[in-house]
Amino acid sequence: MLDDFFIRALVAGIGIAFVAGPLGCFVVWRRLSYFGDTLAHSALLGVTIAYSLEFNIAVSIFLISSVIALILVQLQRKTNLPSDALLGLLAHSSLAVGLVVIGFLTFIRFDIMGLLFGDILAVNKKDLFIIWFGGALILITLKIIWKPLFASTVNYELAEAEGLNPDRAKAVFTVLLAAIIAISIKLVGVLLITGMLIIPTAMARNLSDNPQKMVIFSIIGGLLSVFIGLFSSLEFNTPSGPSIIATALVLFIFSLLKVKQTIQLKN
Amino acid sequence: MSIENNVLVKLNNVGLKQNQKWLVQGVSLQVEKGKIVTLIGPNGSGKSTTAKIALGFYKNIEGNVEKYTSNIGYVPQKISIDWTLPLRVNDLMLLTENLSDEVINESLTLTGVKHLKDKSLANLSGGEFQRVLLARAISKKPDLLVLDEPVQGVDFTGEIELYELIKELSLKLNCGILLISHDLHTVMSATDHVVCLNGHVCCCGSPSEVAKNSEYKALFGEQASQTLAIYEHKHDHVHTTDGEIKKK
Repeated sequence: MLDDFFIRALVAGIGIAFVAGPLGCFVVWRRLSYFGDTLAHSALLGVTIAYSLEFNIAVSIFLISSVIALILVQLQRKTNLPSDALLGLLAHSSLAVGLVVIGFLTFIRFDIMGLLFGDILAVNKKDLFIIWFGGALILITLKIIWKPLFASTVNYELAEAEGLNPDRAKAVFTVLLAAIIAISIKLVGVLLITGMLIIPTAMARNLSDNPQKMVIFSIIGGLLSVFIGLFSSLEFNTPSGPSIIATALVLFIFSLLKVKQTIQLKN
Repeated sequence: MSIENNVLVKLNNVGLKQNQKWLVQGVSLQVEKGKIVTLIGPNGSGKSTTAKIALGFYKNIEGNVEKYTSNIGYVPQKISIDWTLPLRVNDLMLLTENLSDEVINESLTLTGVKHLKDKSLANLSGGEFQRVLLARAISKKPDLLVLDEPVQGVDFTGEIELYELIKELSLKLNCGILLISHDLHTVMSATDHVVCLNGHVCCCGSPSEVAKNSEYKALFGEQASQTLAIYEHKHDHVHTTDGEIKKK
């Protein structure tokens, strides 16, 4: 069954949606969407390193993203530049360096469009293993740090005062973010991974009145986006990443109708 | 826990300097089981900072903090919930501890907001929110409660009620309370020990002792000390712009 490329892409997408839902909620709650973008942009550099050293792509991306996160923390401490400027600096320079390095690696043929926007044909059986095994690890870790991470998202001082160690939870969460980028790059692409994290979550926000509901709805939103997106990618021969994200956008727009209804009901 | 005198937290001559400015210095105080210690002082006098030092927020402080408990309930001075995070009262109650429904109901009933349990936090008024925060802090039956202006925005009768509740709790749960308050009248009636801060400890003691103290009057004016007693006094020090305190 997994010999069919479309089934592989579908299985990969389902795995990614399950992980992206809960992580995406924290990205939105903690206002980290641009941070996620920066990590994702740097992933391209990870891909080039993986190719030139014949290294596993997911591991390489994971390492590079983690390094970029560390560099960001250092820059935040040592410079007076605001965070958004530093994020922009790192995002675009790592993307640029990644593309320049690709230019030098003339002996390898790169499908740059595939890297940037995802490729439905690119997912092999090994990737499926990485997505499902890595995804399970990410979810288990998130479950373990859920309480301190959630408490410090609501109020950092409260979490710290009551002994929950929010700094450790934050550090672990950054690693998890790097990890989901690493496992989802092949299907969704460098430029659109953050969209996979935040658009289903944004839709879920419109439909939920408590955090648990929001997590569940963003998983459902992600799953629907993957299903409809991949089928239309197959049907219309469009790149997989944009098709998934465009579907997520449509779902988000539908969810706005519900917001409008509730506002009308209140009045 | 320190056995001999029931001390929960003890600050030994602590101070904090940030950006070349002393936020607070030379503060010594201790909170014991079943006792209420209140910090009073004008804006910027280091009340919240002192409470945060006691909670262990800062790493580079002068002096030291001895903490004998980790079961702490905290009501911060300000807390803003982002609208991107849908949160009901019930979710907030479960924030740092897994509590049973029964315990949550009990705590919310104590602070008079049980009817709001399934409401979204975004729809609460300031006073209601404050009551929820207090309920959350007491629900885990802490050894030490740190309350940074817990009744701000609560209506007048509610304020008195809540201070009475706080006093009751200190006895019932036998917990120590470090309270920060602006409301001198209530403070004076419900406290075991008052520490009057203005960048340093101006004076401290039982409420009646502090009310008689000259520096207390200097800080809060005639009216405040009239509630209990009026005494003449002289300043023995000046505050310089960098936060230093010079003896005259």
